Amino acid sequence: MTQILKLTINGTSQDIPIDDPRATLLDVLRERIGLTGTKKGCDRGQCGACTVLIDGRRINSCLALALSYDGAEITTVEGLAQGDLLHPVQAAFIEADGFQCGYCTPGQIMSAVALIAEGEAGLDPERVREGMSGNLCRCAAYAGITEAVLKATRAMNREDAA
Amino acid sequence: MADVMNIQGHVRLGSNAGQSMTRRDGVLKVTGRATYAADNRPEGVLHAVTATAGIARGRVTHLDVAAAEAHPGVVKVYTPANRPDLAVSPDEKIHGFAWRTEALQDDTVRYAGQPIALVVAETLEAATEGARLLAPRYDADTPRIGLDGGVPFQPETVSIGASPTLEAGDMDAARAGAARHLETVIETAAQYHNALEPHAITARWTGDRLEIDTPNQAIGLAKQSFAAYLGIDPAQILIRSPFLGGGFGSKAILFGGQLLAILAAKDLDRPVKLALRREQMYGPVGHRPATRQTLKLDIDPQGHISALDHHTIAVTSSFDDFIESASNASHSVYATKAMRTTHGAVRADTGTPGPMRAPGEAPGSAALEVAIDDAAYAMGFDPLEFRLRNYAETDPATGMQFSSKALRECYAQAAEAFAWKDRPLEPGSMKQGRLLKGWGMGTAQFPCPMFQAAAHATLRADGSAVVETSAADMGQGAWTSLAQIAADGLGIDIDRLEFRSGQSSLPDAGVAGGSGHTATAGTALFNAGADTIRQLAELALNDPASPLFGADNAGVTARGGRLYRNDDDTRSEAYEDILARAGLDLLRGDGKGAREGEPERAMFSHGGVFAEVLVDPDLGQVRVSRLIGAFAAGRIVNPHLARSQLLGGMIWGIGFALQEEAIHDVRTGRFTNADLAGYHIPVNADVPMIEALTVHEDDPFVNSLGIKGVGELGVTGTVGAIGNAVWHATGIRPKRFPIHPESLI
Repeated sequence: MTQILKLTINGTSQDIPIDDPRATLLDVLRERIGLTGTKKGCDRGQCGACTVLIDGRRINSCLALALSYDGAEITTVEGLAQGDLLHPVQAAFIEADGFQCGYCTPGQIMSAVALIAEGEAGLDPERVREGMSGNLCRCAAYAGITEAVLKATRAMNREDAA
Repeated sequence: MADVMNIQGHVRLGSNAGQSMTRRDGVLKVTGRATYAADNRPEGVLHAVTATAGIARGRVTHLDVAAAEAHPGVVKVYTPANRPDLAVSPDEKIHGFAWRTEALQDDTVRYAGQPIALVVAETLEAATEGARLLAPRYDADTPRIGLDGGVPFQPETVSIGASPTLEAGDMDAARAGAARHLETVIETAAQYHNALEPHAITARWTGDRLEIDTPNQAIGLAKQSFAAYLGIDPAQILIRSPFLGGGFGSKAILFGGQLLAILAAKDLDRPVKLALRREQMYGPVGHRPATRQTLKLDIDPQGHISALDHHTIAVTSSFDDFIESASNASHSVYATKAMRTTHGAVRADTGTPGPMRAPGEAPGSAALEVAIDDAAYAMGFDPLEFRLRNYAETDPATGMQFSSKALRECYAQAAEAFAWKDRPLEPGSMKQGRLLKGWGMGTAQFPCPMFQAAAHATLRADGSAVVETSAADMGQGAWTSLAQIAADGLGIDIDRLEFRSGQSSLPDAGVAGGSGHTATAGTALFNAGADTIRQLAELALNDPASPLFGADNAGVTARGGRLYRNDDDTRSEAYEDILARAGLDLLRGDGKGAREGEPERAMFSHGGVFAEVLVDPDLGQVRVSRLIGAFAAGRIVNPHLARSQLLGGMIWGIGFALQEEAIHDVRTGRFTNADLAGYHIPVNADVPMIEALTVHEDDPFVNSLGIKGVGELGVTGTVGAIGNAVWHATGIRPKRFPIHPESLI
């Protein structure tokens, strides 16, 4: 039986027909509506490549049954930049070389956006490393990732102050 | 050594190469627009899932195909009974770089997790459930697992076609005069590449033309291989592989699932997409096998190594040979009067191993560096002093000169940055609070192979250019560093260069592996640019209307989109003006990259790695608190990206030393940890203060561009450095990597 899933994805509200209740949010994003920026690395919540924000909170979308998120607001990596203007976290990842192959990068970036919003890590590198440790990077761009999160935090602090 | 770049004088290297540019694919990667194979969704695509064996050895006796096909959405189930034909059996070795693979050729099971059926469905959910419903039954044999559970044999070759044995010098004579005989036995665990992107393929037929999206490190070779298995002309196949979500060696190999997806797409006349599940990456796509290594060092009274004997036993599969060439890592690192390196092997019921980042070198270096450290302590030397005392001025394995070797400078710079000079000789001397602190070091070394590559360069009427080669970017930054080299070959700014890559219709760029891709494909690109500029210069030099007229053939240099007379820098002409006057819209050049002839020098990248660890004396928990390496690798094309490669390698060293280990249940032959929760790779919090310095090095012999490689170098040296730091903290020499906490308490 097809059900209609209402989601607001990157600011646009959508009615998504779901013909299979087993579909995860990750597979709905990737296979049904074509938002393939969010990646599948393990499909069991161990690598973080599928991290998206639901109502501002970071989750592993591979562990989320899509139908249980009816009405939610979802932000994916496709929703961060405004036109050609990159989000400060995206810009910082390029500048600090916070990735190599790029596959874990959407998840790293979504996690970093939420970590900065959570305000728990601030400019403490140890806490940034801890707060980003749910996102695996096999290329091991960790030094760049930590630097990128710190850079972006400083840039966003300046924006807030301005 | 023959010089493959036969065109000197026209072009200038260094305008673009050598600069720390950020990645040209950066915006695509941070916005989610970089397209990996499984991101493709062709119209009408079907989803395929493989069912895999739950035993490690035996036969499949029953699959409930009816139950699977009855599931809503399931389109077809493929088993050995109905799998469409291949032109060549997947058990054939179609070339020297091919692995035997499983594509439902029979009902045999040769390792746990082997594909035994393919379920194709309208949705991923239906295919996944269909695979589960097959509920296989087996006739199971007792599995043979691990170094001690398998069947020993003497391999004829190791790695890819290398000799298993090397002897240099007179071992007996060298050993006779030694003051100390030391023996070190080290085991290393089976490791899996675990690229974050699972292996995937999207296959689509249009008539007799096949389009494949799949991540591959050598798409020219892959096209030939697919064509051979399918019995079609390679010209009918287009492979797209613009981005690889990590490779590390595992995506240089074709595996049966790719063939099955292609066959199903043909059979069903619809595109088919297959992505391995994480646990399915622990078998058909290679791994680094377990080793047991024995190192015997004989040291003379002055602290010089007189004899080195390195023997490795490595696990391979029951049906194919890839023998980890760990002993060969000892060939060229330290001076010795005599050496012997040998290999044995054990057949076990696992997937076949393959090259994994620093194959042979990583486990071999780990064991060698522990043995050297042990020898240094036994002879009363500081570990750095002992390594300098045994510095190889020439290659001990061949007697050849090194093409370049700035290892002393690497040691010095890294030791200085680390503040090594304050290190006490005795283990257990340092504490930080209640934690034991230790410092260790290791030598990093990796060979500089070159493969075969070709490239085109085309200069356009407006003075911009396009270059083409089928290079693979799996994260090393090929899109960027190769473009930098290509722009220098053409003497233009990189902003005026279009870089086309990542598909098999372009000139073959060879394999992204062996840390040789930048050197090989870079040389081809540079030469293609130089060939174009040579033609452009001929046009100008023969044209009385050109300010360059009359300069002799080597009398001009290309830079910034203009040709300049070498004897008069005020006389120059823009590319577009030369082309316009000649009435040309395009000018095209070709280039090849390869090493010609037998090398006359030993060619290696080098480095020194220094590690600090903190060990909990009660729990045995080890944390790396500082890791500093300095590396010399010839010309560094892009320091920003090279640093990332080196750091990545060093962090792989942390994983090797302390975490990575695939564990079999020996009764069933199945893995107990075939996922990213059980198979630990370093996470961000595992990575401390870490730095990779690069040491200037000019190498006129390694290739015409002076480029070595940085992709694998950082793994070597680091594992030993961490192991030696653990000893320095605790007084306990590691007997096995990864080091388990319980071995330290």
